[in-house]
Amino acid sequence: MSAAVLQEDFINRLREHFDVLSAYVLAQLNAGEELTINVAAEESLFVRFNSNRVRQNTDVEQIGISLRLQSNRRTVEKSRSLGGNMDADRLALMHLLAQCRDEVAVLPLDPNQVPIENNGTSSEEFRGALLAAQDVVAAVVAPAAGCDLAGLYASGIVIRGNCNSKGQRHWFATETFFLDYSIYKGPQAAKGCYAGARWSAVEWASNLARTRTLLALLAKPQQDVKPGAYRTYLAPRAFSDLLGMLGWGALSASAWKQGRSPFKKLAENEARLSPLLSIDENFALGLTPRFNDLGEVSATRLPLIEKGELKTLLVSSRTAKEYGLMANGASEGEGPRAMDVRAGTLAEQDVLQALGTGLYLSNLHYLNWSDPVSARVTGMTRYACFWVEEGEIVGPIRDLRWDESLYSALGSKLMALTSHAEIDPAVDTYYRRALGGSRTPGALIDDFSFTL
Amino acid sequence: MPDTVIPHEQALHHALQFSDWAAIRYSSETATHRAVRNDKPESNESSLEEGAMCEVLVDGHFGYAATADLSLSGLQRAFDRAITTTRATSQHKVHSFTPGQRPRTTGVYRSARRRDLDALSVVEITDCLMAASRAMSLSDRLVNRSARAMLVQTQIDYFSSNGSETRQSFDMLDITLAATAAEGLESQTRSWSRTGQFGSEAFDRAAFRENAERVAREALDLLAADNCPSGHMDLVLMPDQMMLQIHESIGHPLELDRILGDERNYAGWSFVKQEDFGRLQYGSSLMNVAFDPGRAHELASYDFDDGGNRATREMLIENGVLRRGLGSLESQVRSGLPGVANFRSASWNRAPIDRMANINLEPGTSSLDELIAQVEHGVLMRTNRSWSIDDYRNKFQFGCEHGQLIENGVLGKLVRNPNYRGVTVDFWNRLAGVGSAAETHGTSFCGKGEPSQIIRVGHASPPCLFRDVDVFGGQS
Repeated sequence: MSAAVLQEDFINRLREHFDVLSAYVLAQLNAGEELTINVAAEESLFVRFNSNRVRQNTDVEQIGISLRLQSNRRTVEKSRSLGGNMDADRLALMHLLAQCRDEVAVLPLDPNQVPIENNGTSSEEFRGALLAAQDVVAAVVAPAAGCDLAGLYASGIVIRGNCNSKGQRHWFATETFFLDYSIYKGPQAAKGCYAGARWSAVEWASNLARTRTLLALLAKPQQDVKPGAYRTYLAPRAFSDLLGMLGWGALSASAWKQGRSPFKKLAENEARLSPLLSIDENFALGLTPRFNDLGEVSATRLPLIEKGELKTLLVSSRTAKEYGLMANGASEGEGPRAMDVRAGTLAEQDVLQALGTGLYLSNLHYLNWSDPVSARVTGMTRYACFWVEEGEIVGPIRDLRWDESLYSALGSKLMALTSHAEIDPAVDTYYRRALGGSRTPGALIDDFSFTL
Repeated sequence: MPDTVIPHEQALHHALQFSDWAAIRYSSETATHRAVRNDKPESNESSLEEGAMCEVLVDGHFGYAATADLSLSGLQRAFDRAITTTRATSQHKVHSFTPGQRPRTTGVYRSARRRDLDALSVVEITDCLMAASRAMSLSDRLVNRSARAMLVQTQIDYFSSNGSETRQSFDMLDITLAATAAEGLESQTRSWSRTGQFGSEAFDRAAFRENAERVAREALDLLAADNCPSGHMDLVLMPDQMMLQIHESIGHPLELDRILGDERNYAGWSFVKQEDFGRLQYGSSLMNVAFDPGRAHELASYDFDDGGNRATREMLIENGVLRRGLGSLESQVRSGLPGVANFRSASWNRAPIDRMANINLEPGTSSLDELIAQVEHGVLMRTNRSWSIDDYRNKFQFGCEHGQLIENGVLGKLVRNPNYRGVTVDFWNRLAGVGSAAETHGTSFCGKGEPSQIIRVGHASPPCLFRDVDVFGGQS
């Protein structure tokens, strides 16, 4: 039996399982009870590489289900893993529902409760053509022979489903892989990521060749760059790293209202960003379902920042209820799920010339707010980063610490965005394989501050 | 705690037909999250994660398959998947292992506690959180008053084909109170947390109220405070910031899997080289650091790691000299270095990797007043707020919620947005004083690994004095 058939079985099997189980549980509700059910499932293969060899391989099959019971203006949510056996899972869910009822009877009123509604129905399934488990390692390591390669290959099916007692029903299944990797020459390294739905040996070889070219540039003499302010080019992946901070409370309406948003000045029209910068939530990228955990469906395109001006924060229904705002399909965490940064006009071949003398950064590392009120972020340079003089790469740098306000880096210091943009797929694997990602161009920033 | 008995003997018998060694790690974890914000319920959620990791040794390579189907047929299918994949990948294994990396062990561990966590009712917890939220209500400028509690009960049972059988049960608490004061465009947050292996006796109503009032008052005070000054000065770090300093600049760089390069593509490598053990003067002679899995109530206490290795206290750094790394039996045989029992996984669906557990800085002889008295010009910082360090664990920058200037040996004016930066070995060699009274802290959210895992760690430390550190404040 081929791997493709087994994987297709998992989608069909899960869908039927979810349909039967959810119908059964919903039929048990008493008058005055409303219920939302979410399922997150995956059938994944993880292979971890070190030195172009296998460190660990793990197969994971998991189904997680959650019940959110709303009754008498109280809310409780309980979730659990399921084994996939219908009788046992039915019993487990009835036990979970009973626990929800016990709790909801003694909890205080939830004044910010969002009434359960029918937000419609959707169904999307994206089939792929993945490597069979036994073929993965040879396919990865053979083209990388001679490379010191470290990284993670992850593949398989990821499923999200949602339904509620008002008749709402959403289903999303996708079959994808990613190979998030880096290659090394001693302590120097270059980073790459090959992701998609259909493994292609030609595409993998081409992706690896590009990363090898970057690694070869690191053979130039190492440059000792002192802390200071330098014109800096952030390649798309590095710019994606920087903009990832917008998901740490900056664009969250609840964080703004609770005094925690680094973009408070932007939200209150006390500051604006560069007119070069426009950011949307763009679900047309196809990286993640449009529905959230309440089954609310976001607009396909939601402008967040238009020419430097905040158009809207991400507002969940709960935040909207609490603060009298308009919800816009955001998840409860109110972070971007499909961030799309509009490309600029700087052609890729002109980047070094436009940079002139300064730093070319391919990746950033370990970002955090260092002064939230000023939207100041600190982080490190990582992987292939170079000192450039008069439009020519002189050599790699030692890692530098930087500390810069987003009001500056995305404001008056932002000189240009590139005309090419790259998809940065989510490769997070905490608890389960993530969905989502972003599309970002490269960014040329003046006087970026390096501190250590 | 569910009373699940899995058919481990039959499943292991099945696996041994096609593998050289096999094990099952059953794990069940109930985590309850309750939160109150501004005197209203914010969330009441709980999760049950229950499943088994089936592990095999095939042709010298360990491989894994995870399933939540705990029937015999479910476990057998998981073993079949593990064996098939592991046989294919073993031709490219990074090292040829033996069952010697999985010693036979038996035993039982149970968290120190006086009363089980589930002795607490929903009403008791909610009332406690609500009272804390109300106690923070000192001013309209306190725009966010949050009280959260996470109660976790975990059972981990491990069975192997060479006779290991360990059963460990954990009761854990993670409580956080936080107050945010805001005025105009400025805001400041102050928090208090209690984290560790406790029973319900630790749900202390008086402590909730007392700390709630304190953090609210301090958030308001910070709103009116000046920014921390910039410059090189002496630095006293309190235990709730030492926790982070130890975690990032001792714990992670000493993990042997990082030193061996397994983690290079994700969290990063380490500046520590294999030849540094026994030689590197990591810090001043006042620096003594232990791996201590036996400290009662610390968050990452346990008797056995997830490879069945019995956990014992070991010194990592003695008198400032690096002695031992944080590496499991697999990393020890790969590197030829001594390690510890720290082969740990986040849950049933992740394979174990080298993780720090309880990493503690041993107490010295100075009182806090004596440390402060040694400072002519400096700052005392409390409670971590911001953290960032490079992928070799060298260049760090950390920020705290609360700072106080020290002038001529006297603690004085409050300052906000205190930050400091440095380079690991240089920084630890600036250690000039170690307090005598340790506090125990920890976090439930240390991330690492591919696939990624969140794990619990504990860090006990006294206050410490560092000389001539690069300190700076905020821009606002």
